[in-house]
Amino acid sequence: MTTSKRNEDTMLRKTFETEIQQVKDDVLVLGSMVEQAILSSVEALKKRDIKASEKLFENDKEINAKRFEIENKLMVLIATQQPMAHDLRLLASCMEIISELERMGDYAKGISNINIRMGDAPLLKPLIDVPRMAQIGVDMLHRALTAFVNEDVETAKTIPVEDDEVDALYNQVYRELMTFVIQDPKSIERANWLLWVAHNLERVADRVTNICERTVFIATGEMEEIKSTDDEFWHAQQQQK
Amino acid sequence: MAQPLPNHKNSNYVLEAKGLGISYGDFRAVTGVNIPVKRHRITAIIGPSGCGKSTLLRAFNRMNELFVGTSVEGEVLFEGENLYDPAVDPVEVRYRIGMVFQKPNPFPKSIYENIAWGARIHGFKGKMDELVESCLHQAALWDEVKDKLNQSGLALSGGQQQRLCIARALAVQPEVILMDEPASALDPIATLKIEELMQELKKNYTIVIVTHNMQQAARVSDYTAMMMLIDRQTRSGTVIEYDDTKIIFTKPKDKRTEDYVTGRFG
Repeated sequence: MTTSKRNEDTMLRKTFETEIQQVKDDVLVLGSMVEQAILSSVEALKKRDIKASEKLFENDKEINAKRFEIENKLMVLIATQQPMAHDLRLLASCMEIISELERMGDYAKGISNINIRMGDAPLLKPLIDVPRMAQIGVDMLHRALTAFVNEDVETAKTIPVEDDEVDALYNQVYRELMTFVIQDPKSIERANWLLWVAHNLERVADRVTNICERTVFIATGEMEEIKSTDDEFWHAQQQQK
Repeated sequence: MAQPLPNHKNSNYVLEAKGLGISYGDFRAVTGVNIPVKRHRITAIIGPSGCGKSTLLRAFNRMNELFVGTSVEGEVLFEGENLYDPAVDPVEVRYRIGMVFQKPNPFPKSIYENIAWGARIHGFKGKMDELVESCLHQAALWDEVKDKLNQSGLALSGGQQQRLCIARALAVQPEVILMDEPASALDPIATLKIEELMQELKKNYTIVIVTHNMQQAARVSDYTAMMMLIDRQTRSGTVIEYDDTKIIFTKPKDKRTEDYVTGRFG
């Protein structure tokens, strides 16, 4: 049951309810800062706009500051309100979620850094799948945060499945870049840069899964890993041995 | 001739309430309680005011019978035998299952006599000085009072008085100690001392504590029983959930428990 719903049932702890709601809002603000950073970092790379990347590189400090601000609020709430049960699960999970978001911000910073380091070197190939990976990852993140706010277990359990699409795109980018490398070994460095970009985006989707797992935990108290097809591949391999 | 209570300790349960109901005259205070009290563990009873926590606690050593018109149905098993069997002597019940109350209530006697008195009337024949010292040690009070054993127990601070009452309860060598809000009249430091003491005592005794302080229940107990009024008309209370304390405070099963432990019970 969501906090707002419970507030209708019982009128107690209104101040605490309000503070919890503020923390949730803050998590959403941090989430949208990260979403924007990821999309903009890929856009800057696509356009080879180094100035934009430099600005985004600096922008990561704001994301980190927001994370510390929320962390501090959570600490104060835990210390002063002694949360139990659902409240405790929510506040403890928020700690985890903001740390995931902050790391996603670092991936955007990493992509900006690659664009800066590439300098005058042109892109090895026009970016098509990489922006798609970013778009899908951000879309997953956005819906994962909505599911978190609404404590929507069903949605939280289905989003991680979409990670397969990101993984498939990553494999496609990998294969494509390898063909460039085979044709011209001098392209190794430029291929490597793009591979790192794709890898960062692939990690974004993995971290969305962690957020979804926290949402399930908040709502149900069950701490379980949501299976992805990566695991299925691993288990299939183990069985064949 | 009263039948002596059993001494066998085969079961994990020292006490067990089975279909326990307690009435004061026409007023049915507690209904249908089924909970175990596990050996060498601390069991906390929590719940809002007036839900029957103290009544349930007192049923564990037949203290309710001191009020006229009390009746009990169901059973309380102590080491497997029903405490309410007509052949059982309630006096024996109360020294095998001791009690510490909310307000420290030392006898208006010396510290030494507070402990020696109970043991003496229960026929203690050993070395009294040793018993007094041992009980004060167990109650973590010895170092503070060893030089003033002849002073009045009432001259001690509130926290010390409460530990004296615990030492007094230990003097008759009970197996179970029932504590009714033992720290609610104490400051945080004295409270902490009582809580630390409980952790020491559970190595040798079984403890049941009633507390309004949920953080205290969460800190000290191994198991928690959540009580609540089940019928607002009759104002009868029961245990709605019993579980490992860790479960009660992190993922309780009953929504009413959830609302209570998160402070939303209106």
